[in-house]
Amino acid sequence: MSAVVLGAGMHPWGKWGRPFTEYGVAAARAALRDADLAWTDVQYVVGAGTIRNGYPGFVAGATFAQAMGWSGARIASCYAACASGAQALDIARTRILAGLCDVAMVVGADSTPKGFFKPVGGDRPDDPDWLRFRLLGATNPAYFALYARRRMALYGDTAEDFAAVKVKNALAGSLNDNARYRRTVTAGQVLDSPMVADPLRLMDICATSDGAAALVLASEDFARRHGARGPVRLAAVSTVTPSFPDTVLGLPDFATDSTAAVPPPERTFRASIAHAAYEEAGLGPGDLSFAEVYDLSTALELDWVEEIGLCPPGEAGKLLRAGDTSLGGRIPVNPSGGLASFGEAVPAQAIAQVCELTWQLRGRAGSRQITGARVGLAANQGLFGHGSAIIATT
Amino acid sequence: MDAPVIDGWFTVDGGTAHLLGTRCADCRTVCFPPRTGFCPNPRCAGENLAETRLSRRGTVWSYTNACYPPPTPFVAAEPYTPVTLAAVELAEEGIVVLGQVKDLTVEELHVGMELELTWGPLADGPPVWMWGRP
Ligand SMILES: [Zn+2]
Repeated sequence: MSAVVLGAGMHPWGKWGRPFTEYGVAAARAALRDADLAWTDVQYVVGAGTIRNGYPGFVAGATFAQAMGWSGARIASCYAACASGAQALDIARTRILAGLCDVAMVVGADSTPKGFFKPVGGDRPDDPDWLRFRLLGATNPAYFALYARRRMALYGDTAEDFAAVKVKNALAGSLNDNARYRRTVTAGQVLDSPMVADPLRLMDICATSDGAAALVLASEDFARRHGARGPVRLAAVSTVTPSFPDTVLGLPDFATDSTAAVPPPERTFRASIAHAAYEEAGLGPGDLSFAEVYDLSTALELDWVEEIGLCPPGEAGKLLRAGDTSLGGRIPVNPSGGLASFGEAVPAQAIAQVCELTWQLRGRAGSRQITGARVGLAANQGLFGHGSAIIATT
Repeated sequence: MDAPVIDGWFTVDGGTAHLLGTRCADCRTVCFPPRTGFCPNPRCAGENLAETRLSRRGTVWSYTNACYPPPTPFVAAEPYTPVTLAAVELAEEGIVVLGQVKDLTVEELHVGMELELTWGPLADGPPVWMWGRP
């Protein structure tokens, strides 16, 4: 028994300046059309929350349910930073697997301000996210840059390698109607863009965007009765936390855990996220047809390629340079164009990754279709240790 | 010295800066920032976390800078000069601690080099710990 995806929908990503609810409703309606269901067929709705839209963002489930028209459906709202969408999906899937409902809707949407993400406002010295800005000025890109520089020192990666990730993802994004950035770019353009956090430049770092994504999930029985042919199955949803001691400095922390008493765990946090998904699905990296990973920066995509097990640590650059991770390559990574092409709309992005898995696995990804796609993995990571990985199969 | 930007995370003693962490009396796990209540080691029931001064020298785990002024609540100097940041690994504690870097640019840093704890003022006055040349 598994939960299946009956419908996937998005609102195109960009800077539209409208309320997040509008984007969410547009995505939800698109997912319902795709599933050939009415809103009133949905028994359970989960809204992935956003802190940037005030109270309606915190209680996103109710906000979307009201905007769609109160239907009496059961409801949940969840906030887990960048993992919000994956957690929302986990909640809906678990309800279905428990037999408590047949049809569930998962929606995430955001309207973001321009520039760096900032902490919640006010004077908040008890909030580590506020403190990292106040004491150090440590923005999100600063953390991505620490990882990027570490790759350069450990593995000899170069700024040209990082630029090549952007070139690859921009090419894929140019084939995606929902992507915000539809232009291909050259390595020269990336390398000429302004330095933001050395060694990362403006075009190495994903922008903040408005956007939305939604999924209609159902039980296999319902899908069969509904006449769905070969629906995409959710084989695993990983929501693991790190194992102590977490030795890679994570957003928004000032320090790692100490290894004074306990040696580091076998896997880094990011690697453990993917590992838990593989265990749950009974699959391994060798089974993947493609992966969507969290390219908050170009260099971070290379970390993820290693941490989801596509190659040993330090060798993602080699895969990239061989074209293995490009569309048409051996194991395409971020065929959607990734965050490089979409930008961040936090509660929507993990859901958007699963939309791409769905379209690819159905063989309906248009000109970016991966031939014979059978198994896809989507991985990301939420602030303060929210793991997020999803494996979908045909 | 003005009052530090945050209480209890570092001290300047006779002109020498020290980061203040906690050490679990039961399993010896060290924490920075200092912690109250319970040891973070999931297999330790320790509740006796004593203040400890962290090693003052460590090696660079990684580093970067902020080429654009960070947003509030950071207070940027005017004119703005890029803030340098380093994550420094302290061998004895087995911990990596992030901090601003004093008087060094990214061109002068490399992974593995040794830095020493110092301190300096934020643009609006209060002192904060910083990593500097030994
Ligand atoms: Zn302990």
